[in-house]
Amino acid sequence: MKQGLHWLTLHSVLIYGFLYLPIGILILYSFNGQGVGGFPPKDLTFDWYRKLFQDDALWEAVFNSFWVALASVGIALSLGTLAALTLHRVEFPGKALFRQLVLLPLILPGIITGLALLLIFVYAEVSLSLWTIILGHGTVFISIATTEIFSALQKLPPSQEEASLDLGANYWTTFWRVTFPNLRLPLTASGLLIFTLSLDEIAVSFFLIGRTNTLPLEIWSRLRRGITPEINAVSTLIFLFSLVLLTVSYQLQQRFTNRSTP
Amino acid sequence: MYTKGYKTSISLLPLLWVSILLFLPYVLILCTSFWSVSSDQVLVHTWDFSSYQQLVTNPMYGKVLFRSAKIAGTVTLLALFLAYPLAYFLSFHCEKQQKWLYQLVILPLWVSYLVRGYAWKTILGGDGVLNGFLQYMHITNEPLEFLLYSPFAVVLTLTHIYTPFVFLPVYAALAHIPKNLLEASHDLGASHFNTFWKVIFPLSIPGILTGSTFAFVLTLGDFLAPQMVGGASGMMISNVVVSLFGAAYNWPLGSAIAMVILLLVVTLLSVVNRYEKKWSMK
Repeated sequence: MKQGLHWLTLHSVLIYGFLYLPIGILILYSFNGQGVGGFPPKDLTFDWYRKLFQDDALWEAVFNSFWVALASVGIALSLGTLAALTLHRVEFPGKALFRQLVLLPLILPGIITGLALLLIFVYAEVSLSLWTIILGHGTVFISIATTEIFSALQKLPPSQEEASLDLGANYWTTFWRVTFPNLRLPLTASGLLIFTLSLDEIAVSFFLIGRTNTLPLEIWSRLRRGITPEINAVSTLIFLFSLVLLTVSYQLQQRFTNRSTP
Repeated sequence: MYTKGYKTSISLLPLLWVSILLFLPYVLILCTSFWSVSSDQVLVHTWDFSSYQQLVTNPMYGKVLFRSAKIAGTVTLLALFLAYPLAYFLSFHCEKQQKWLYQLVILPLWVSYLVRGYAWKTILGGDGVLNGFLQYMHITNEPLEFLLYSPFAVVLTLTHIYTPFVFLPVYAALAHIPKNLLEASHDLGASHFNTFWKVIFPLSIPGILTGSTFAFVLTLGDFLAPQMVGGASGMMISNVVVSLFGAAYNWPLGSAIAMVILLLVVTLLSVVNRYEKKWSMK
């Protein structure tokens, strides 16, 4: 058994190595003066970062990506809340199909949903632009918002809403003053998740892209033209940014859960 | 307690949205797959099975589909082989650092998919980091050109990407096993191996199923990693779809292949779902 445990420890260490080695190499070579390959890294420099900050096309793509992510979070959260309320409170024929359809983009490979959306936009003669990407991301990520909010709704005691309605508040007031405050945690959590996923999304955007690129697509098109450590540098920055976002969402979640369980 | 008006007002918008932007688009793939392209490259709305006939008669498509399934299967098995022992180790032998070691497995999920693919490209390339290292250590004299642009590179990259995905549900299943079950098994005289095989493993099967389905399905439909690191010999079925929707301009044929992928995925998911339900009833 002791012997087995040693193997298990070794296996685990190796896996951490496998998971982190490429990321470490990527970051290391963003400082490499000699290009993206070769060994050992030589002429360590900040030049690639300096180039990065003067690269207007790249910053425009960053800006586009943020805009797309924000707008898709808005769409996914509002429709996700409505869809979760619908699944929780309304019975109608075809409800099972509705549930399946909402969840489908989460399970299907991105190419299928991307293609499907491309077809409807082309047949409806909608020209492709950042807006089609926003609609695409918004639609794909409704699945995440719906799952999170639906499970929160199931945990809410119906008595609170009943009390509010009995005391004469209308549905609108009841939602904003009673239900919504209870949904803040799943809304924030899924909002942050959708924001990060949208920033990184490429399979669906790939089909819905017009003339303006999002950041992943800008990187994708540069990969074909030959690669420089500038891409390593921008990847490193994206990684750091995701780390910050992750820490923030973790802290928020901790604070919320501490408050709700006194 | 909810009036009809309330129910209508909350369900109207999501129902419309889902019908127009999910249901209709999926149906459109199905419709397009029965249309055809005329000789002057125009989409004709005549209904026939010609695209599906092409899929069956041209052995190239079957071959690529088979290769994709093989790559997806390999990635799934490798990811399981990597993730399962790690999840086991974290759940049963590592109480103190469990929490942050767990976070450490999840963290790479937040590194952009594209960035991880790109990282492997810079490592495996002819003048990449690995070849540089091998030559620096005098293990090889010439760069090994077969590393990048091969099915091997695709499998490696996708295993790297999907191992955390497989780890998550397996870990969730293992961590939920009550510790007193294991104590009971030991007290009743079972060996470590028997405890694992008869108690732990069966309880982790739902996690294994969820994780491997996820990895298999997502790998099967991947077209970005093959394009980045796969080369001609590492092309997968979704790359064929992409080229049919691009330069090769044959949307009906592309849609037919997309329908085949969709059907495969949905069948797999429902089989696994049914099996999982049956398993948890026991």
